[in-house]
Amino acid sequence: MSILDSDSEAHIVSVLVENKPGVLYRVANLFRRRNFNIESISVGPTERKEFSRMTITLNGDDATVEQLVKQLSKIIDVVKISLLNPKNTILRELALIKLHVKDSKIRSDILSYSQIFKGKVVDTTEDSMTVEIVGTPEKINAFLKIASSIGIKEIARTGLTAIERGG
Amino acid sequence: MITIAKLSGAQALIDSLQREGVEVIFGLPGGSILPIYDILYESNIRHILVKHEQSAAHMADGYARASGRPGVCMATSGPGATNLVTGIANAYMDSSPVIAITGQVPREMIGRDAFQEADIIGITTSITKYNFQPRKASEIPKVVKMAFKIATSGRPGPVLIDVPRDVQVEVDEMEAVEGLNFARFRQVPPHPLQVEKAVNLLLNAERPIILAGGGVILSGASQALQALAELLLAPVATTLMGKGCFPENHPLSLGVLGMHGTVEANKLVLEADVLLAVGCRFSDRTTCNISEFCPDSKIIHVDVDASEIGKNRKVDVPIVGDANQTLSKIYEEIAKRLVKREDSLWFRRLQEVRAEYYGSETDQDDGLSPPKVLREVRNILPVDAIVTTEVGQNQMWASLYFKAYKPRTFITSGGLGTMGFGFPAALGAKVAKPNVPVLDIAGDGSFIMTSNMLITSVNEKIPVIVLILNNSMLGMVAQWQRLFYNRRYSGVKLVNPDFVKLTEACGAQGARVGSINELRSALLQALESEVTTVIDVPISPEEDVFPMVPPGKGLKGIMLNALKTSSFLAKRVARGSREVYDS
Repeated sequence: MSILDSDSEAHIVSVLVENKPGVLYRVANLFRRRNFNIESISVGPTERKEFSRMTITLNGDDATVEQLVKQLSKIIDVVKISLLNPKNTILRELALIKLHVKDSKIRSDILSYSQIFKGKVVDTTEDSMTVEIVGTPEKINAFLKIASSIGIKEIARTGLTAIERGG
Repeated sequence: MITIAKLSGAQALIDSLQREGVEVIFGLPGGSILPIYDILYESNIRHILVKHEQSAAHMADGYARASGRPGVCMATSGPGATNLVTGIANAYMDSSPVIAITGQVPREMIGRDAFQEADIIGITTSITKYNFQPRKASEIPKVVKMAFKIATSGRPGPVLIDVPRDVQVEVDEMEAVEGLNFARFRQVPPHPLQVEKAVNLLLNAERPIILAGGGVILSGASQALQALAELLLAPVATTLMGKGCFPENHPLSLGVLGMHGTVEANKLVLEADVLLAVGCRFSDRTTCNISEFCPDSKIIHVDVDASEIGKNRKVDVPIVGDANQTLSKIYEEIAKRLVKREDSLWFRRLQEVRAEYYGSETDQDDGLSPPKVLREVRNILPVDAIVTTEVGQNQMWASLYFKAYKPRTFITSGGLGTMGFGFPAALGAKVAKPNVPVLDIAGDGSFIMTSNMLITSVNEKIPVIVLILNNSMLGMVAQWQRLFYNRRYSGVKLVNPDFVKLTEACGAQGARVGSINELRSALLQALESEVTTVIDVPISPEEDVFPMVPPGKGLKGIMLNALKTSSFLAKRVARGSREVYDS
């Protein structure tokens, strides 16, 4: 009995938890203690103030994900766990990328790249520009690839957040 | 909001504990828990003062395992709390419902590295089912209610409540415990389709075996287990934690399976075509090398904790459910379709293996070999006597040679393997069952770790018996060094105090015995004694525990003694030899 039908790929686990101090610690501590290597985790408020939602992505086989879900469900503060099917889920991440600007050509390259990726330039100085990209992790990775030819100073990514379509 | 009354946090705590039926607390006070001790002073709850907080947790654990009710221990902040940690981890590994209450520095001091501050919530997060730090006195009744619910529901385990000192003092109107949502703790019945699959497998099995773990004891499933085993004529092996859930003098009992399991358990489990594992977790000490554990058998796994299913071993029929409920259901379904078996080829195979290995087993030695000593202890102790063990050779000898007949009469540190557990656990068990004899099968190395509890046993009038199998060695480590490290005895030789004098200095009774007759009379005297008796039994430092599956090997790698492996023995068996290993 497997929860998902494919092996060793990215899994997205959406966890509704009680909004109380220490819950993130309990969840993170569980991953460390049980040797789960997660890709990203993002936490934020929900439509109900007593709950928060954690969106966790990890790579692993079905057995690993099944064990993760079972272990998570033992944490008293965990209210509900859903495994999201990537095909039926809206995935978003936000990235802020600070780039080196050596000359005006690069400045205009950055402007056009960020336009292509529907990004925004949110800050600029004499020798740097900061771009905000929102999208799937793949889109952000694609932007980072092109940006790395320019020269990346710093990256900050939020980690993935996700919600199921419809329903 | 419904309110109970205006109480201080400390009053609310003691009041809530009484509402949960708590009669005794094992503890040691200190600065950050003074307000609670002040209320305890005037309450009906008995307080038993320990000599080190670790023993308080072990006593609560022993109390819980003997009685089936949660045990409560208490300590102050900082070192008091951290001293509980080993005991809490022990209770967690063995699924024992222990409630640990700790004092904490006042709220505004938390995080400032105040005197005797320790982050006990952080420290115990991975060794408790849950832990609480009430930030308002008014939360305490709810917190206590939840703590007991969590500790005792599903798979039991320890819960810690860390109460800041100023929260203990704060007076407020208490929040009502009514209306707490316990939906998540509701026991879901086993899935009928899964039960049906299990029933079909078991009905069609030619060589069914049941492996019963501590979960059978926790859920009170012994009767259902025995009924099912007898119906199917299926032999029953237990894990160390399951020892006692099935009477070990029953013709279907194989004893304990595993690294130091019996030959019949270790051999027959590998021959089974269907293994029904219930309330156990396929631990490495039970399965040995897991990849060689019953590779071709169909496995049915029943456990109340869903995360145990598939954690260590892939299984064919997973059933999440309470052991008693599930076994009863399986029995019911099978009884509809099967007349109780009276004989089978498989049962004859069991008798054959038993005759092969145990047919001529006798106690030939004149001295005090551990098997002989423990068989004698069994002969003398009444059936319902409770035995605890320490950890190491003493524990494995107890597992092999002390037959347990009833659930909750064999108490041992199975998962964590905590030396020093047996004596305080025995004291806790005696507090729970004052009319039943309690005996700790100890080694000299383990006993010394918590031997200061002799003082508590005398002061609090908790008479137990400690039987030290004394080889002046950390015996199990010495055995491994003998077998796998070329007899290089590194750090294992013990220079012990005179245990008789040590015991007498604490006001208890000591005896040293040199023969079975002396042992017998010392035990009979100890059973009558009103104080704790320590019986020092000198044994050979060269004595090994066998059978043994060497680390990393599968069950079939079982060694019957230091020289001969089972493959050698298998050849002898093939030649029709009736020789057996000498114990």
